[in-house]
Amino acid sequence: MSPERVSVFLARRSYRRRRLADAARLLPLAGGVLFCVPLLWQGAGGGARTVAAMIYVFVLWAVLVVVSGLVSRHLRGGEDEAGGADGGGAKGDGGGME
Amino acid sequence: MTVLNILVLVCLLYVVLLFGVAFGADRAARQGRVRWLRSPVVYTLSLSIYCTAWTFYGAVGFAARSGLEFVTIYLGPTLVMIGWWWTVRRLVRVGRSQRITSIADLISSRYGKSNLLAVLVTVLAVVGTTPYIALQLQSVTLSFAAFAAFAEPGVPTAPLSDMQSTALWVAAGLAVFTILFGTRNLDANERHHGVVMAIAMEAVVKLCALLAVGVFVVWGLAGGVGATLDRIETSEIARFDVSAGRWVGLTMLSAMAFLCLPRMFQVMVVENEDEDHLRTAAWAFPGYLMLMSLFVLPIAAVGLDVMPAGTNPDLFVLTLPLMDGRDGLAILSFLGGFSSATSMVIVAAIALSTMVSNHVVMPIWLHYSGGAAMVSGDVRNVALTARRISIVGVLFLGYVYFRISGGGTALAAMGLIAFVGVAQFLPALMGGLFWRGATRTGALAGLCTGAAVWLYCLFLPSFGPAVFMSETLHEAGPWGIGWLRPYALFGAEGMDPVLHALMWSLLLNVGSFLLGSLLSFPQPLERLQGAQFVNVFDHSDTPGGWSGGMAQSEDLLIMAQRIMGAREAQALFSAAAGRQGVAGYLPEPSPDFLQELERALAGSVGAATAHAMIAQIVGGAAVSVRDLMAVADETAQIMEYSSQLEAKSQELARTARQLRQANEKLTQISVQKDGFLSQISHELRTPMTSIRAFSEILRDTDDLSAEDKHKYAAIIHDETVRLTRLLDDLLDLSVLENGQVDLNVQSGTLEALIDRAVRAAGGETEHFIIHRDREAERVDLSTDLDRLAQVFINLVSNARKYCDADPAVLSIRTAVAEDQLVVDFVDNGGGIPTEMQAMIFEKFSRIGETKAGGAGLGLAICREIMARLGGYVSYLPGQTGPAFRVSLPLSGRMAAQ
Repeated sequence: MSPERVSVFLARRSYRRRRLADAARLLPLAGGVLFCVPLLWQGAGGGARTVAAMIYVFVLWAVLVVVSGLVSRHLRGGEDEAGGADGGGAKGDGGGME
Repeated sequence: MTVLNILVLVCLLYVVLLFGVAFGADRAARQGRVRWLRSPVVYTLSLSIYCTAWTFYGAVGFAARSGLEFVTIYLGPTLVMIGWWWTVRRLVRVGRSQRITSIADLISSRYGKSNLLAVLVTVLAVVGTTPYIALQLQSVTLSFAAFAAFAEPGVPTAPLSDMQSTALWVAAGLAVFTILFGTRNLDANERHHGVVMAIAMEAVVKLCALLAVGVFVVWGLAGGVGATLDRIETSEIARFDVSAGRWVGLTMLSAMAFLCLPRMFQVMVVENEDEDHLRTAAWAFPGYLMLMSLFVLPIAAVGLDVMPAGTNPDLFVLTLPLMDGRDGLAILSFLGGFSSATSMVIVAAIALSTMVSNHVVMPIWLHYSGGAAMVSGDVRNVALTARRISIVGVLFLGYVYFRISGGGTALAAMGLIAFVGVAQFLPALMGGLFWRGATRTGALAGLCTGAAVWLYCLFLPSFGPAVFMSETLHEAGPWGIGWLRPYALFGAEGMDPVLHALMWSLLLNVGSFLLGSLLSFPQPLERLQGAQFVNVFDHSDTPGGWSGGMAQSEDLLIMAQRIMGAREAQALFSAAAGRQGVAGYLPEPSPDFLQELERALAGSVGAATAHAMIAQIVGGAAVSVRDLMAVADETAQIMEYSSQLEAKSQELARTARQLRQANEKLTQISVQKDGFLSQISHELRTPMTSIRAFSEILRDTDDLSAEDKHKYAAIIHDETVRLTRLLDDLLDLSVLENGQVDLNVQSGTLEALIDRAVRAAGGETEHFIIHRDREAERVDLSTDLDRLAQVFINLVSNARKYCDADPAVLSIRTAVAEDQLVVDFVDNGGGIPTEMQAMIFEKFSRIGETKAGGAGLGLAICREIMARLGGYVSYLPGQTGPAFRVSLPLSGRMAAQ
């Protein structure tokens, strides 16, 4: 809403936090793309095996759980302001911050 | 005692345990021990109602039919929870700040507290959830029947009437549980601790059951991990030939349903105690889902291998242990399925009953009871009763649906069909959360279009041909228009029916939503709510919409008591009164208070109903232009206001300074006036006293000598002369000060003028010597010579009178510089102390005791005369003695008169 609230430079700590929030936002996108990878295997000759796809999916799943746990652990509450101001982009006519 | 009897006993014990846990949790909550009840772990476990009996039993069946594809149902929610920072966090924050009671309440609240939208969402939710409840009943009865079939091999399948009676018993038991623990309190924001605790326990039971069966299958039946993988390799699901469309589409669908399912919304948003719990759920819930699906594929593969052909793969979880004679494990597995079914039904019933009672029953009841509702009748009881009846109604509908469908395979497909139905909420929900331009018209258009397409393309055809739609309609489309065939809309032939319906319903839904929003203009309340929802992280608490004044606090209190209960309402009112500084229970109906009250009521009866109830008392006026302004340009207003304040305060400071100066001046003038008056009276009094005394002597004493008479008369005469002189001086000064003097301009030389002054002052004597420079004094003057002479006379006679040297020597030095005549009068006297130099030109100022009886007006008069003549007279410090400088412009410029 008000441009003066968005400061250009941040302390190292809040900078880290914002990048962490970015990571939290990116994680589902990355997960979504990676979960689709087994679909690409079908092109190869006789097609993919369910066992391979199953192992891939469950390993990826476990990795996502661990990474999400790490990110969420450090993403403490009460930094909506940081998250809100960092989005910068105005959405809608009132400038929804996210 | 047969296995079946044990099963019934265990089941009953389990139900008793469930009631006990719920009861204990409620009691602990009432005693204030809520911390362990409300840990992030409990929150995460309560989210697991996503895994219903359909997923507990059905996932294995799904996997047995189409391999790994079943996992998409869990991948969607996993991605949503991992991406909690995007959506779930915002949902929870909005839900908490607006005291949202259900997803219908959220959508209605966002779009101007529109009840029409709430009703639409409620109806769609009921239509979508009822078959789902039927599905749970079916799964319980099927599993029971499977047990019976194994326990008594003589009877291949249980008779249908038995199944139906089982379903009825289960439904009735669930209704009792839900009513007992789900409608304990009216306020949806007062969490249902008992229910949440019970479903958390059920979450643990179902996870343990599935894991136990999985471990048994992998290590007990298949003989290790490697052997299990080999079994999968050799089974009919060994090839991973999933269509990309279904893989992506089902993942997206389950993600959308996770956000939109009424029961998920209930546990995720409404029952959320602390936003921080999301941080734990963000990884723990995906982990839970992973564990739930870990053994699904092995169980399916082994089941396909071991079980005789034609066995229902949906029940592998149960029949595999039974077949191996592991009755204990089978009972545990049965309890897992039972838990999945009951927890889903309980929460769904609570969520739906809240929606139905808040958005359908209460508005109708309010409408028919009119304004009288506020003064008579117990709203609280009505709302609770409505909720209880709704619970029974929802469960009964589920049972009826189960009976009509006959527990056929049509029901099994119901899960995904319901998902597509509730996914229709998503555009309105997300649009409302992220886009301020979303309007009520758009949301209505989107929901109606999406729901219609879903009904036409998926829901109604799912009952099979000839139930709702004729065979010809399926084949050729309505009126023979091939483009409108339910499974091939707009010519999209050959698509998977679920994907087909999902694509068209969501596309048309989003399209109508956007178009409707772009073309319509939102009402003030919508814009206000839109700003609060979209910018929820900027201001979770913004000024509200009531313009009070017409509202009667007492009426409001009566109404609030009927809804919230007397004690809570009185506490709320007296707290508000205290904040306003009013004693007692009745605060002023200020907009802030009305907003607070509305939020509090919304927790009990939903935003739309609360709004309508307050509107009945307050009188409609909801949003003032000022409120909108406040939201729209709060900042600008504050800045303008503060700059105005600053300007005002500066002006005030200036005025204060001026006033202070004026006051100082007045005080000085007053002091001067007082001093002047006392001086005058003193100066007049002294000669008067002697005149009076000597005249009395002359009058009253007869034998005075002529000499004395003459002497006294001379004194009287002298004093009168002195008085006259004083009065003349005063008059002179007053005339000069008022600027009323007429200057009589003459021409002459300075030499003659000084001669005249020296003569008038008594001339030179042996005790008073005057040094002059007659050469320099030959200057022609053109000014009021008489007045100038008066100044010179005064200065010369002052030197004569006050010079304490003997002989006194007065030097009169004349100089002309830059058209300016300067005459200095310097004598050899003792001089004037520095601190007195500033004072000597003031009226009545005299230095030391008077020797010559002057009134102290001479120099004051001199100063005034010189000011009139355009010059000045000043004390000249740094000379041999007292020195005065008279300066006069030569060109005869006079001061303005």
